[in-house]
Amino acid sequence: MMDSSGSLLAVDGTPLKRKLAQSMFRSRARAFGLALPLLAFIIVVFVYPILDFLRQSVYDARFATLMPATSEAMADWDGSTAPTEEMAAALVADLVVAKKEKTIGKVATRVNRELSGTRSLFTKTARNAKKMKPPYMEALIKKDKDWADIETWHAMKTASRVYTPAYIVAALDRKMLADGSIVQQSEERRIHVQLFARTMEISFLVTIFCLILGYPIAFLMASLPLRTSNLLLILVLLPFWTSLLVRTTAWIAMLQAQGVMNDLFVVFGLATDEDRFSLIYNKTGTLIAMTHILLPFMILPLFSVMKTIPPSYVRAAKSMGATDWTAFWRVYFPQSVPGIGAGALLVFILAIGYYITPALVGGQDGQMVSNIIDFHMRKSLNWNLAAALGLVMLVFVMFLFWVYDRVVGIDNMKLG
Amino acid sequence: MAEAQTKAFVEFQRVQKSYDGEVLVVKDLNLAIPRGEFLTMLGPSGSGKTTCLMMLAGFETATHGEILLDGKPINNIPPHKRGIGMVFQNYALFPHMTVGENLSFPLEVRKFGRSEREAKVKRALDMVEMGDFISRRPAQLSGGQQQRIALARALVFEPELVLMDEPLGALDKQLREKMQFEITDLAHKLGITVVYVTHDQTEALTMSDRVAVFNDGVIQQIAPPDELYESPENSFVAQFIGENNTLEGVVKEIKDGVALVELDSGDLIDCKPINVSKPGERTRVSIRPERVEYNKDRLQKGVHTLQAEVLEFIYMGDIFRTRLRVAGNDEFIIKTRNAPDQVRLTPGTQIEIGWMPEDCRALDA
Repeated sequence: MMDSSGSLLAVDGTPLKRKLAQSMFRSRARAFGLALPLLAFIIVVFVYPILDFLRQSVYDARFATLMPATSEAMADWDGSTAPTEEMAAALVADLVVAKKEKTIGKVATRVNRELSGTRSLFTKTARNAKKMKPPYMEALIKKDKDWADIETWHAMKTASRVYTPAYIVAALDRKMLADGSIVQQSEERRIHVQLFARTMEISFLVTIFCLILGYPIAFLMASLPLRTSNLLLILVLLPFWTSLLVRTTAWIAMLQAQGVMNDLFVVFGLATDEDRFSLIYNKTGTLIAMTHILLPFMILPLFSVMKTIPPSYVRAAKSMGATDWTAFWRVYFPQSVPGIGAGALLVFILAIGYYITPALVGGQDGQMVSNIIDFHMRKSLNWNLAAALGLVMLVFVMFLFWVYDRVVGIDNMKLG
Repeated sequence: MAEAQTKAFVEFQRVQKSYDGEVLVVKDLNLAIPRGEFLTMLGPSGSGKTTCLMMLAGFETATHGEILLDGKPINNIPPHKRGIGMVFQNYALFPHMTVGENLSFPLEVRKFGRSEREAKVKRALDMVEMGDFISRRPAQLSGGQQQRIALARALVFEPELVLMDEPLGALDKQLREKMQFEITDLAHKLGITVVYVTHDQTEALTMSDRVAVFNDGVIQQIAPPDELYESPENSFVAQFIGENNTLEGVVKEIKDGVALVELDSGDLIDCKPINVSKPGERTRVSIRPERVEYNKDRLQKGVHTLQAEVLEFIYMGDIFRTRLRVAGNDEFIIKTRNAPDQVRLTPGTQIEIGWMPEDCRALDA
């Protein structure tokens, strides 16, 4: 049956689509009910905390709450004219309160992030704020001539924004001026972009190394009889039974100047005793240790894809006159590409956020973005910047994912 | 066979194959295939027929013995230099290439020029009536279409020898019968030599010039289909090819080409001795279901008759299939044509059946 618009009807006259939805509802509801506990768990302990933390990369109400009068007085100031007496008065009033409430440290820290060196200016001025008499601007400048510098006021203006791109901008080695324009940081303070680039470079190289080392092993495992390939599979999985920390520290014993590798190099005359290779506490160390640790994540998807490629394809190619290499390159390899895609994406994404290994064996030039995020979380306590760095990385990874989807196609990926 | 064809094109000389050093999968195989023959290797799974094919293709090495192709030993020639076309069980069409690219592949690796490749691909596709499908992917084709493409791909570089490993196994019955005809037709038209492996005896009988029946690593009988069916040389072949009734007994005497057999039920029957040699030997007597007659008017003179009880009558359309108890055997089948005057037997009735002594073959026990 059909209605006037041409859509199919069930026997009782209701549109077939709705009828189908009704009949499927129960099984759908059941399936959803089964997944509900996990979904709730993930939302509560994973999705919500991440979103909440990422919010900090653009949200900072500290200055606005602790220095309400100043923030209000600065609201209409565009930074191009000299600070007004009204702003100075509000500042002094807020400083008095901040001193009394012992919140001046937080305020000083916040402004210091925008303009370093202002921390002591704030704490020092706050100590004397109570005694200050109008005109306040002159009183401030008398206390410290830095108050005459418009940069100080610009920094406060930037800090007074509740929703601010300042941290994201800082994560990209730029800073925002009081009028809202964005400029590059001075050269000696540009560290993040370089760090992102290094993170990408390390992740990319680790992915390539894993592929080069993992492909032949996966190929071997896929072509061996089941018993032998299971044994190899256990060997591949063996590292998972050891703690990540132990595996990383084992590499220290292997690679350090007086370690196993260097001793062997000396024995075989590849290095002299005085001039040993520096294989660890640098980028080389990070690359070696991470490649080793992430190798199974490349091998497993490759293996699971290769296992499904029937040997008859290569045989067919050979029977048609293809040499071993041609048969592999033209017939086998294209069919293993979904495994390469899955393995490479998995290793790359894991590598990009790697933390413990670069922290332990990376030294100075083997550090990655995750290490500086950790620094801001635990040492400098600049959580906003940490969140901003995380956000930039997240966006970047999603961009790569999108590119991958466009180039290779996400449907083309097989994890098993 | 004509005089010119006596020189074998493919020859297995005392070939043995073992995978583990303990069991011989192929035992002392000798086989000569003349040029232009369609030879089928038929046998149950594990009988060694596929192993033989793989040795010929070069994917397995013979443990012992020599395989000759056109008089030259090929044991040490890698598969890609043998120039043998092959059709695989699941077609093995490359899924990442179009039909045209699949067919072009063997020509590319043989360094044919572009225009020549295109011409040959087109000709091969037209040969299997798939010219319109050149830019499709294998996944977009039905099983029968894939089968045709696989065939075209094995033929496109014009090999003289084509191997086929159960190529029709995945098709439904009707399509299979159609393709059986097309493959034999094409093979004869092109004059190629075909070695065809199957476990389907109907396929073997309908397609082949000769059939080699494999069991347990040994060729049990190699003969044209009619000979194989009508004169099986041992009880394995008799059982494996077509339907067959078996009665067990002991040879009483052999005289003038006739063996007198006492069945286990005590009945005495005349048989044609095939591989029984002396009285006292146990034997299996084999009779084809369609050679048994029960219609009194049609029982000819000189036939042997036995009493039988009808157990089951099955109507199959073109034929009737009746299960009887004969000489203690409950699985005795007879087949009769669905003719207008044919009697339909009812279970429970006692009848008399008979057959010509030459249709009744005394084989090894």
